[in-house]
Amino acid sequence: MNAWQTWIALWTLVTKEVRRYMRIWPQTLLPPSITMTMYFIIFGNLIGSRIGPMDDIPYIDYIVPGLIMMAVITNSYSNVASSFFSNKFQRSVEEMMVSPMPNWVILAGFVVGGASRGLAVGLIVTVVSMFFTDLSIHHPLVTIAVVIMTALLFSIGGFINALVANKFDDISIVPIFVLTPLTYLGGVFYSIHMLPNFWQGVSMINPILYMVNAFRYGILGVSDIPVGGALVAIAVFIVVFFMAGLWMLERGKGIRS
Amino acid sequence: MAEPALSIRGLTKVYGNGFHALKGIDLDVAEGDFFALLGPNGAGKSTTLGVVSSLVQKTGGSVSVFGIDIDRDFAKAKYHLGVVPQEFNFNQFEKVEDIVLTQAGYYGMPMREAKPRAEQLLRDLGLWDKRKGSARMLSGGMKRRLMIARALIHRPRLLILDEPTAGVDIELRRSMWEFMKRINREGTTIILTTHYLEEAESLCRNIAIINHGDIVQNTSVRDLLAQLNTETFLLDLAHPVEAAPTLEGFSVERVDATQLALSVERGQRLNDAFSQLSAQGFEIVSMRNRANRLEEMFVSMVEHANAESGRSTDKVEVRS
Repeated sequence: MNAWQTWIALWTLVTKEVRRYMRIWPQTLLPPSITMTMYFIIFGNLIGSRIGPMDDIPYIDYIVPGLIMMAVITNSYSNVASSFFSNKFQRSVEEMMVSPMPNWVILAGFVVGGASRGLAVGLIVTVVSMFFTDLSIHHPLVTIAVVIMTALLFSIGGFINALVANKFDDISIVPIFVLTPLTYLGGVFYSIHMLPNFWQGVSMINPILYMVNAFRYGILGVSDIPVGGALVAIAVFIVVFFMAGLWMLERGKGIRS
Repeated sequence: MAEPALSIRGLTKVYGNGFHALKGIDLDVAEGDFFALLGPNGAGKSTTLGVVSSLVQKTGGSVSVFGIDIDRDFAKAKYHLGVVPQEFNFNQFEKVEDIVLTQAGYYGMPMREAKPRAEQLLRDLGLWDKRKGSARMLSGGMKRRLMIARALIHRPRLLILDEPTAGVDIELRRSMWEFMKRINREGTTIILTTHYLEEAESLCRNIAIINHGDIVQNTSVRDLLAQLNTETFLLDLAHPVEAAPTLEGFSVERVDATQLALSVERGQRLNDAFSQLSAQGFEIVSMRNRANRLEEMFVSMVEHANAESGRSTDKVEVRS
C-alpha cells in the first residue's frame, strides 16, 4: 500500500471504531458520566467537605484530575478490548486479515479509536466536574500530553488483552482485578504522603500513580512524584506495548489457526 | 505464458493438535477459469483456501497469486484476491452499505471511487433497497450476497467462494449462479467450493477433488464425467407392477410399485432398454437421473481413494 492508501485504511478503521461507540452511546458515553457525577456528589461535596484540604487544595479539586484519569483509563482499555474481541468473536476480524492493510495499521486504528473514546469520556467528566468546582489548568501542555499518552497506552493494553482472550470473561478479568485496584490505589482520592513509609514505597511501583499525579500536576500544579520521569516512563511503556502487540499480530496470535 | 491465477506447490498444514490437514498438495488454476474444489467435510478445502487468503498459516510449501509469492509480498497478492467465506463474518449490527464501504477503505480505495462501485454491486445483487438497514435484518441469502458484494468491492482478479450458496433457496441460488457466470465472463477467475455438485457441474470448467489432505483428482469437468461408467435412471410407470422386469444386458430394480431403477453402462443404448420394456408391456411416463452425474463420480472417487489408503469409508455428504 502506498502512503495515501495506508492513510485511507487507517482513517477507515478509526472512523469505524468511533461510529461503533457513538452508535451505542448509552452504553459507552453515558454510564461513566453518571458514575463520575456520583463520585463528585458523594466524595467531593458530601464527604469531601468534612475531609478538608489535601496538599492545601480543597478536596473536591484534588480528586477531579484522578477521576478524569480513571475514566480515561477504563474507557480506553475496555473500548479496544471489547471491540476487538467482538471482531474476533463475530469473525469480522477476517475482513481486515484478508485485506492488504499492514498489521501496524490494524493496531493503530483500534488504538486511536479506543483512545478517542477515553478522551471523549474524559472530556465529558471534565465538563461535569465544572458543575462542582472551578477548574483552572496550570500546565496545559503537560495535561494534554499525559491524558493522550495514557489513553493510548491503555488502548494498546486493551488490544493485547483482546488478542489473547478466548472468551468474554477474559476481557473483564484485567479491568476488574488489575486496573480498578491499581487506579483506586494510584492516588486518585489521596496523597501518598498520607501513607506510612512502607506503603508509600509499595505505591511507587504502581504505574497508574505516575499518570494520575502527572495529570494532577498539569491541572493543579501539585504532584507526589517527579513529572518528567513519569512522562518518560509512559512513553517507554507505549513503545514497548505497541511493539509487543504488533509482534503478536504478526504471529497471528489468537486470530490465525 | 500468462501466470496462473493461483499456483500451489507442496502445500502442507499441520494444526496444533497434530492433525495433518494438507499433505503437500499441488494445484494450478488458470486465469479466467471457473474452478471447483470439492471434497467431503474435513478434507482440506477450507484449509487450502484459508492459507491462500491468509486466515490460516501454512506449515510448508508455496502459494502464488498471479505470480506473486505470498511469502514475499502477501499485501500485493491480496489486492488480487476477493474472499467469500463459508460462515458470515461481518458485524451484524453495522449497516449493509457501511460493511461494503469499510472493506473498500481497508484496500485504500478513496470514497469517491468506492461509493459508485458499492452502489453498482448492491444493485446487481439486489441489496440496494436494504443498504441503510442493519445487516442482522437480512435473510440468509441476502447475507451471502452481501459477502459477495464486499469481496468484489476492490475489483479482485481472483474470487474465492467457499460454499457461497449453502442454505440458499433454489431460485436465489440460480440468480447467484447467473451473477457468478457473468463476472467470470467479464474476466474474474473464480474458485468455488460446494457440496452442491449440480452447482459445480453447471458452473465450473475444471475441478479438483481433495480428500484427507490429498488431491485425488484434478481435471476438467468434461473429462471427469467421461470417466463415469454407469448412470442410473428412475423410470415412472403408468401402471403398478409386482416385480422388476428382466432385461437382457441391463440391470433393473423395482423401487416401488410405479417406479423402476435402470442402470445403463457406457456404450449401452437406452433405446434397447425401452424396446424390451415396451415388448413386455411396460408403459413409461417419465424418466430422470437418480443422482447428479458428478455426484456419482464424486462418491465413487472418494470411496475408491479411501479404500486404497486403507481408511474406513466415511459417509460422504452431498446435496443435490
